[in-house]
Amino acid sequence: MQSDKENDAVRLKVGLAEMLKGGVIMDVTDARQAEIAQSAGAVAVMALERVPAQIRSEGGVARMAAPQKIREIMSAVSIPVMAKCRIGHFAEAQILQVLGVDYIDESEVLTPADDEYHVDKSAFRVPFVCGAKNLGEALRRINEGAAMIRTKGEAGTGDIVHAVKHLRNIRREIRSLTLLEDAELYSYAKNLQAPYHLVHLVAKSGKLPVPNFSAGGVATPADAALVRQLGAESVFVGSGIFMKDSVTFCSEAEAESRAKAIVRATVYFEDPKILLETAAELLGTMKGLATSQLVTGDLLQYRGAS
Amino acid sequence: MISSLSIGVLALQGSYDAHLQSLKRFSVNARLIHHAEDLASIDALIVPGGESTTMLELLKKTGYFWEELQQFVHKKPSLGTCAGAILLASNVENPTQDCLGALDITVQRNAYGRQLQSSIHDGRCKFDDSDIELVFIRAPKIVRTGSAVEVLAEHDGSPIWVKQGQTMAATFHPELTSNAIVYEKWLENIKPDITALLKF
Repeated sequence: MQSDKENDAVRLKVGLAEMLKGGVIMDVTDARQAEIAQSAGAVAVMALERVPAQIRSEGGVARMAAPQKIREIMSAVSIPVMAKCRIGHFAEAQILQVLGVDYIDESEVLTPADDEYHVDKSAFRVPFVCGAKNLGEALRRINEGAAMIRTKGEAGTGDIVHAVKHLRNIRREIRSLTLLEDAELYSYAKNLQAPYHLVHLVAKSGKLPVPNFSAGGVATPADAALVRQLGAESVFVGSGIFMKDSVTFCSEAEAESRAKAIVRATVYFEDPKILLETAAELLGTMKGLATSQLVTGDLLQYRGAS
Repeated sequence: MISSLSIGVLALQGSYDAHLQSLKRFSVNARLIHHAEDLASIDALIVPGGESTTMLELLKKTGYFWEELQQFVHKKPSLGTCAGAILLASNVENPTQDCLGALDITVQRNAYGRQLQSSIHDGRCKFDDSDIELVFIRAPKIVRTGSAVEVLAEHDGSPIWVKQGQTMAATFHPELTSNAIVYEKWLENIKPDITALLKF
């Protein structure tokens, strides 16, 4: 019945994303942070050299984390460990696959290695997640083999505005697709610059063929609940848990309180009474950076080919 | 006319939606369970795949949900898949963690390794040699079964689908395949007239 090996590979990749639904994936930079994230209820951690807020403030070229750093984190926790490679940097992806990470994030948070092409993700056995600002971008990434989409916010800012905008974009575009006649889909696919078979699939099912998570700028339990109510199936939280501002880490107790509260808000996102409790138990939030004060060149979401 | 069966799916995190979709093949009343009080309205419970550490944290934090869930799975039919099997076990290794003790089994977490070791296989049920598709994702292994536990399927010499009374555990994901045999056997066990539940 199931002899199609290529199809099985896709099912396993999307299957792990299915297991991460309703959860929080937290950025961590060492084993201790990974342990805090796990004990607070994270479904996975993203192993990084620097969190996005640090990358933003320190500048320089941001690359894949050092293998020994990722290994240290992998051995500290029992939950899945993800790591980022630069956009188009298939050699970093090859290294991460051999290292044995559970998911690779081909991420605009790192400095892109290729301004025209993304990694051919279907050539890998390890699953990939990619960011998207709109439906066309999401479907192009899925066509390249991404098994999970995260709608792009503006990473490292603690400002939720772009995460909201892009979630709404994708939802609106999907809704409008479902209203089109079959004959109209060909031309719509051309406008989206996305493959017809995926456009057709979305038009018929009313959703993306892979799980859609939200990332970038989530800093509070209320932010997590907001993106969940807008349709995100899980939430990535980067700098929002461990950073006081873009330079210094907050205390462990504070990080723990934020992590637990965001996990709970992600699960009970439709229950305002519980959301009130999660907001009240916070010991503080990241200072953040208003994205409206950034110039376009400073925005990570536009990096790499769209 | 038989009365309809209410099946709850624990919806804290993980593949609860996939289970809900799978249950649409049967004439059962399926609903998501978010709080302890939701347990009062169901006849049986599915504990889905996901991350067991996340579910543990949420169950222990939200008031008396853990105790109520423990009481429920000791009294009523339950089905745990992957992380759900870990939660229903009586002992958990790698690392040691709390569990509900609904089945007399010891489960070892991440026993096959990481995501690159996830795999799909065609297997056979022990009771009637029928086909079963096995989707393993960062799967645990059942390393001990008590005397009251019946093994329904094995893979590589280890039990992967077990039953004790009306409760079952599977280390694979029946919610990620079109093969419905795990649900059929579990529901048949709860309500022997399974043909009345099956949708045609």
